[in-house]
Amino acid sequence: MTAIELTGLTKRFGANVAVDDLTITIRSGAVTGFLGPNGSGKSTTMRMILGLDVPTAGTARIGGRSYAQLPDPMRTVGALLDAGWVHPNRSARSHLRWQAAAAGLPRTRVEEMLDLVGLTSVARKRVGTFSLGMRQRLGLAGALLGDPEVLVLDEPVNGLDPAGIAWIRGMLHRLAAEGRTVLVSSHLLAEMALTATDLVVIGNGRLVAQGTTAEVLGGSARVVRVQAAIPSALTAALRDAGLSVQELPGEHAVEVPGATTGEVGEIAALRGLALCELTARQPSLEEAFMELTGDRSQFVASTGAVAS
Amino acid sequence: MTAVVGAAGGALLQAVPDDSTPRRVPVVAPGRIRAFTRLLAAERIKLVSTRSPWWCAAVVVVLLAGLTALIAAQYVPESGSAWLSFGGIGVVPMAVVAVLATLAVTGEYRTGTVRTTFLAAPQRERTLLAKTVVVAAAAAVIGLVASFAAWIMAVFIAPRADLALSGAAQWRAVAGVGAVYAVVAVLSVAIGLLVRHSAGAITILMLWILVGESVLASLPRVGTDIAAWLPMRNLARFLVVGIADPDPSRSFFGERQLFGPWAALGYSAGVAVAVLAVALVVARRRDA
Repeated sequence: MTAIELTGLTKRFGANVAVDDLTITIRSGAVTGFLGPNGSGKSTTMRMILGLDVPTAGTARIGGRSYAQLPDPMRTVGALLDAGWVHPNRSARSHLRWQAAAAGLPRTRVEEMLDLVGLTSVARKRVGTFSLGMRQRLGLAGALLGDPEVLVLDEPVNGLDPAGIAWIRGMLHRLAAEGRTVLVSSHLLAEMALTATDLVVIGNGRLVAQGTTAEVLGGSARVVRVQAAIPSALTAALRDAGLSVQELPGEHAVEVPGATTGEVGEIAALRGLALCELTARQPSLEEAFMELTGDRSQFVASTGAVAS
Repeated sequence: MTAVVGAAGGALLQAVPDDSTPRRVPVVAPGRIRAFTRLLAAERIKLVSTRSPWWCAAVVVVLLAGLTALIAAQYVPESGSAWLSFGGIGVVPMAVVAVLATLAVTGEYRTGTVRTTFLAAPQRERTLLAKTVVVAAAAAVIGLVASFAAWIMAVFIAPRADLALSGAAQWRAVAGVGAVYAVVAVLSVAIGLLVRHSAGAITILMLWILVGESVLASLPRVGTDIAAWLPMRNLARFLVVGIADPDPSRSFFGERQLFGPWAALGYSAGVAVAVLAVALVVARRRDA
């Protein structure tokens, strides 16, 4: 089927490396979430896949061809990179009509797509009067015009209300279930965990993790949360056993990263300590993400207080 | 989920094909001619679906017809052939044609529509060539409409003036405006592609059309030699040779000329096409 293959894909802007030797394959029949902090190179990667930016090195291929070599690009790839890429004085219908004309698609297809995204009633209005959510819907209509095998969407849920987000999620699942290749970027982790079956995580332009969503997010270390009747004794016992213990401010419980509940329970039993809580805690998506991208975020926020 | 997503979700379930076959219509590369025809259709829809081209076209027609009417109203037979007054007036709205053609390109860069365009048609030279053809054709139509409207007004306002389309020079003075505007449009599209900013591209073209060539032509000693090579002057020459120029080998101002009328048009068109060729290569290499 039509997979997206990136081989050594690199983009430099002067001395700044935006995308650094990225080699990944995005398979068909799945929704692949493309995750990374702001400025990590997601959009630049997508622009290179779609032939808008010229790679400094490496290739991006769709079904074995570069975007410019595709025989009928809109009917192979549907893309929505920026919902603002429309002329504000053109009507929604005209915006889709010229795209349909460029792809040799019938006018009826334009009406179908307006219907699909729920913009028929405002089709004659200037796009400049649209809300961000309406523009996203118009952009999606454009991406779907050619009934493409591959979809490349940059932050498609941006600006949508909860109903719109659920609508997109359902549509992406459906499109992937039809065997299409769906690549969706986002910085919204919780949304990606619900939407994506596969994940590609990048930070600072480099590949950080790739696999199914469960693999990528479950791959980070588990944490055991434990509370004893005499907390200080337990902490000492765990430290004696060579485990690191993190005390939680304002709580009697402590967290033990990289341990299992069995290990902790055994240590407590050997010292005869009574436990009142012992749970394995799955790290939150944000924690998993931060652990994966770590110091790779280009713009690390300071945690210091703002002096007045 | 359908209950949550409401009307749009309901429509989705019908409009996305129900059969799970991934491809309904096989993707076949269109032939070169068909591909270009599609691009022409797309660019035509783009050009007529915003307001600014219509405004520019209206300004060109009103300006040319209005100026001609003013001149015709002042006409007295003692001032000689009416063609001496009317010949070459078509160059006046050229600047507005340049604005129309430039905005057709820089407007796309400003709004990002050019990237949507390159997604739909990634072979940039072909795509931008289609845009150039459509904009130049529109400019030619605007020129013909404006010029004939002006001529008809003049004939009605100054019935005693000899404004018959009696020869090749007279026809050129009226119908030639279409060709002149087409050349200006090609040049403006090219400058728009190179500069990619409305203000910058329009400034360059205005300086070129309204100021630059006159300054170059009035330089001491070398001015008259340079003037013969200036594209806008040659476009004007195409319109006026044989009616306003008493001596075909010299301009109205006595400057020695290199080209006859058709060679002058061809030379100017050649300059515009050369700048366009550079612009197309640059557009392919740059990040969109």
